[in-house]
Amino acid sequence: MKVGVLALQGDVREHISALIACGVYPTTVRRPAELAAVEALVIPGGESTTIAHLSQIFDLFQPIRDRIAHGMPVYGSCAGMILLADHILDAKAGQETFGGLDITVRRNAFGRQVDSFESDIAFADATPAPVRAVFIRAPWVEEIGTGIEILAEIDSHPVAVRSKSILATSFHPELTGDHRIHRYFIEEVARGALQHLQ
Amino acid sequence: MAQETGTGRVKRGMAELLKGGVIMDVVNAEQAKIAEDAGAVAVMALERVPADIRAQGGVARMSDPDMIEKIKAAVSIPVMAKARIGHFVEAQVLQSLGVDYIDESEVLTPADYKNHIDKWNFTVPFVCGATNLGEALRRINEGAAMIRSKGEAGTGDVSNAMQHMREINDEIRRLSSLREDELYVAAKELQAPYELVKEVAEKGKLPVVLFTAGGIATPADAALMMSMGADGVFIGSGIFKSSNPAQRAAACVRATTFWDDPKVIADASRGLGEAMVGINVADLPVPHRLAERGW
Repeated sequence: MKVGVLALQGDVREHISALIACGVYPTTVRRPAELAAVEALVIPGGESTTIAHLSQIFDLFQPIRDRIAHGMPVYGSCAGMILLADHILDAKAGQETFGGLDITVRRNAFGRQVDSFESDIAFADATPAPVRAVFIRAPWVEEIGTGIEILAEIDSHPVAVRSKSILATSFHPELTGDHRIHRYFIEEVARGALQHLQ
Repeated sequence: MAQETGTGRVKRGMAELLKGGVIMDVVNAEQAKIAEDAGAVAVMALERVPADIRAQGGVARMSDPDMIEKIKAAVSIPVMAKARIGHFVEAQVLQSLGVDYIDESEVLTPADYKNHIDKWNFTVPFVCGATNLGEALRRINEGAAMIRSKGEAGTGDVSNAMQHMREINDEIRRLSSLREDELYVAAKELQAPYELVKEVAEKGKLPVVLFTAGGIATPADAALMMSMGADGVFIGSGIFKSSNPAQRAAACVRATTFWDDPKVIADASRGLGEAMVGINVADLPVPHRLAERGW
């Protein structure tokens, strides 16, 4: 499977290590041709306004949007979740997203950096042991639309959701060295979605 | 389930998310908005940019809390603020204001000429400057969750930033080449704790994110520092002391992402107008060199 990591800004390196640990050899995506060469995409943690700004300048915004709309498997953590949401709250004025997930996400929902935290959470059925989840100025899902499955919650706020081909978490599995979420994306989300596309 | 705030992972993780980005000095809400629109990953609130501190002299301190509040209200990206070296009360004030990162900075006038802030006592993470590996590891030992090479702030002269990045990287490479039984003496020479020295020797990198700062004034300067192995860039006076801040800020963001693509850097560098005037570091008398503050 050819997986790319959107490498305009953010913790790209950590996602690459996590994907390698799952047995895929990711490439970085900063240009339209690099996007065209991958079958699935990971959007890293970072600053969602910066990543959106750079993807517009470097002609990636519309192509990513189109690929997602045509079923390309995508995983986004934190900023990635914001960029995959159809609607966002507490956004910078005029902030646009790639979209694809019929959810409304609230930016910085848990508060500022002094409120950032880590906690054990239950993640779907795929992972019997709890996942250590790191939330950094993290968003949460405020509303979900049709076809959205909730995989994890904190205080009844969804913090991990999926649709057929899209996975999003408001926390950062790439920062912990626990690769179960990345493996879940590759094995449970992307592989099936790609077979479906063929 | 229990939620733990202020852990090492949460503090250091925040810096990981800033990687590949540009953090810009701003002195008011209007500048903060320009920085956010240009694609900055964070803004650094301070009362005067380094070039003005240099020109005007006097004691440079933490910003007015009102100004920090206004900047926080104006932008959705993280807001950092500077406290004086060793001034733990300024840091407590900044933490209570809810800033996202504190820079214990040599750009402000030091409050303590022997000790830095004990940064483990805080929930908010700290970034500190360093000119060499020993200094970086002493700051990490005190709880810094991010390091920036110092350079010489407020000059627009990138030579010191270059020197400090080379120095830190040279020393890391040297540690990696040593036998395990030689690391004790290396720790003594670096004046840094053995455990951190051993960790750097094993991993071949600092245990925290390393940004660069001080004297960066053009897109090419930013790209130069990225190609020296910086994880990201701080730009102080370079943006708002230039003739066209919005355009220069956006250009530096582009060059930081595409630091390895001279065509993109060339495009970003076109038609930016005057860069900040600048001062050669070599012409600065030693007592006015900020990089030498920090112990």
